[in-house]
Amino acid sequence: MNQRFGLAAGAAALAAALAFAPCPALAQKSGGTLRIYHRDNLPSASIHEEATISTVMPFMAVFNNLVLYDPAKKLNSDSTIIPDLAESWSWDPTRTKLTFKLRQGVKWHDGKPFTAKDVQCTWNRLTGKDPDEFRKNPRQVWWQNLKEVSVNGDYEATFNLNRPQPSFLSMFASGYTPVYPCHVSTKEMRTSPIGTGPFKFVEFRRGESLKFVRNPDYWKKGLPYLDAIEWRVIENRSTRILAFIADEFDLTFVADVSIPLLKDVTSQAPKAVCEIAPQYVSSNLIINPGAAPFNDPKIRRAMALAIDRKSMIDILSQGKSDQSGVMLPPPEGNWGMPPDVLRKLPGYGGDVAKNRAEARKIMEGLGYGPGKTLKVKISTRNIPIYRDPAVLLIDQLKQIYIEGELEVIDTSIWHAKVTRKEFSVGMNLTGVPVDDPDVNLYENYSCNSERNLTQYCNKEVDKLIDQQSQEPDRDKRKKIVWEIERRLAEDLARPIIYYDRAATCWQPRLKGFVLHHNSIYNNWRFENVWLDR
Amino acid sequence: MSGYLIRRFFLMLVTLAGISIVIFVMLRLVPGNITDIIFDSAGFVNPKQKQRIERELGLDQPIVTQYARWIGGLARGDLGYAYVSEKPAIREIAPRIPVTATLAGLALVFSTLFGVTLGVVSAVRQDTALDYALRIVSLSGLSLPSFWLGLLILMACVQWFGWIPIYRSTPESFWKELGLLAIPAAAVGFRSSALVMRLTRSSMLEVLRQDYVRTARAKGASERSVNYRHALANALLPVVTVVGIEAAFLIGGLIVTETVFNIPGVARFLVEAIRWRDYPIVQNLVMFIALVVVLVNFAVDMLYVALDPRIKFGN
Repeated sequence: MNQRFGLAAGAAALAAALAFAPCPALAQKSGGTLRIYHRDNLPSASIHEEATISTVMPFMAVFNNLVLYDPAKKLNSDSTIIPDLAESWSWDPTRTKLTFKLRQGVKWHDGKPFTAKDVQCTWNRLTGKDPDEFRKNPRQVWWQNLKEVSVNGDYEATFNLNRPQPSFLSMFASGYTPVYPCHVSTKEMRTSPIGTGPFKFVEFRRGESLKFVRNPDYWKKGLPYLDAIEWRVIENRSTRILAFIADEFDLTFVADVSIPLLKDVTSQAPKAVCEIAPQYVSSNLIINPGAAPFNDPKIRRAMALAIDRKSMIDILSQGKSDQSGVMLPPPEGNWGMPPDVLRKLPGYGGDVAKNRAEARKIMEGLGYGPGKTLKVKISTRNIPIYRDPAVLLIDQLKQIYIEGELEVIDTSIWHAKVTRKEFSVGMNLTGVPVDDPDVNLYENYSCNSERNLTQYCNKEVDKLIDQQSQEPDRDKRKKIVWEIERRLAEDLARPIIYYDRAATCWQPRLKGFVLHHNSIYNNWRFENVWLDR
Repeated sequence: MSGYLIRRFFLMLVTLAGISIVIFVMLRLVPGNITDIIFDSAGFVNPKQKQRIERELGLDQPIVTQYARWIGGLARGDLGYAYVSEKPAIREIAPRIPVTATLAGLALVFSTLFGVTLGVVSAVRQDTALDYALRIVSLSGLSLPSFWLGLLILMACVQWFGWIPIYRSTPESFWKELGLLAIPAAAVGFRSSALVMRLTRSSMLEVLRQDYVRTARAKGASERSVNYRHALANALLPVVTVVGIEAAFLIGGLIVTETVFNIPGVARFLVEAIRWRDYPIVQNLVMFIALVVVLVNFAVDMLYVALDPRIKFGN
């Protein structure tokens, strides 16, 4: 009996020891080439000059930021910002000076040392103070509060602000904010970029492929795990999805697998890991307030009331996308309104029939009716994700005596036409790189932003945007943001139809990869990713 | 003959000069220009920066000056700089030409081999079950859109073999490249071979009813000799014309196949360059395609002489 008890006790002890022992199961493996497909021809290699994920996703791995959103955490927030080229940072008591202590011993890919001068030079270029200006500078508005960057020796840089801006740091953490080398021209950065990041740029064959190899001198010892990253450009969506199913690639382009396509992928490649996440890319309605009769706020209000967001979401994404105001809604979004608050905004109420009855009354008051419809061209880019909601919008506007005609605009001249105001009503897509009100509101709704496509300008809203930007208390700031949301909805400033969700898929052998859930722009360093082959 | 060749050479130069003017002017008539498009990916257009880029690219110069600069460069072998990639245009264009040329060549070989052979068989076995079967195959070849056929091939390969026949990185050898391009070439060649087959069949049937074929048979020539030596040689003239036209079409007309099979060739690149209004790329590529068309036409004319001794050029 004692012997049996002893055996049982020994077995139990062994089992307990095994159960509580640290899990050694998945040690990272070095080597291998990560294969990813790219969905289109990227405009250039210079992240600072572009406003598209097409450039950020492949080229983020070439660079480092001063700080970064933690690649291991799904949600970006102030608390997930971690050091990168900056070892630490601190604010002065007035909260107008942000000082970064920089890492020493970091080298650019061409062997030159990284110093504070590079930081200064990057932000001088971003604010138009450097003679070698960026050809395009789409996020200049992010840095409008930056007075200057001063350096103290080679390893300390201070950002001097005009006024306090608590979320200033979050902009540094975006994939859109790498540090550029001072000694390399902006032109060279568009074609053969040099960074301090885990991968060195090798080759960019237009319309064909991109190649990056491991940086053996990377300042994070032991990283990256991969030997190389190879991107192949496959513009035809059917071909690239089939290629992923046939195991040609380890990872799809981010959010490239739409909800209807996801079924095909999971049924034909059942081992693939697919995650549906919001992209922080909204479908929004742009109305040219200068084009009669849309200069009449009553018509704009009627249009807002006619939109049935739920049915659009049901049709386009099988109910997966999110109804939202300007900020990404919870649970992934940090600043968006919960559904019960959102419903109180004009046009967001649940009773579509009632809203439309009110909209028809407005239209009838303006002289329109079944016998006299308002004819309008609904302009949009010639891309399905733009075209599909535009078609549904036309159908919905019919309910309020607006007869829309789809005007498909060649995708390459879309922004030029919008900037020249050569449209009345349009369907647009807007991506937000950082889940922070400063980024979204300044970029898209402030009077002086170049990316404010409809040139919506309300001085009171501008004041509120400044006010929230300076508010250190998060709850108070949220209240101001929601007030801005309410005013934007009332003014029908680029009303958000929905925030889209789509899937990103990868093969199970890809390890260490975490998909961010409230931005598609900030997690493509690939330094912690490895292949379990 | 030499007089004809000289006239033909000058005619070629005039044609190319005409094409150069048409493409140069038409490109500038299309709405939107490269600076608008360069800005598109930034999500806005800044008029001041746009002006600077126009100056950088020489687009602020009068159109005649721009044309003269292009033609002058072309004469010196300088194709200029691609606006988008900011690399010499020759470096962008040159690697793509062999890819498309190989694909087009393979497709042409496929279409000629199958088209002519099956056309002859179909004509010789007129109104038999084999003839009907071949005619159905040729009809399906003509009616299947190539993008659909391409996608079907890709789906079948993935479903049955777990493998996808798309272009990967540049193959190490010519033979490997041939292997890689064989399936897309067959997809393109299928339509083309259907056309060649139908033409060969009708041309053969017409020739087989000629008096000299009857005479050959009366003289006791074998069926093989009648079909191939007497009939086919004469039936080939219209086929050569069509093959010539197909060859010219294939150099610039492979856009769908290159897209579906992800082949980095000239046609896909040309469409992309047009979308970006990358003038140096578009102008030079169109000129290249025009040159190929003119040369193929010339080659076809020469082939006429070889195939039909009755045809003479010159005085």
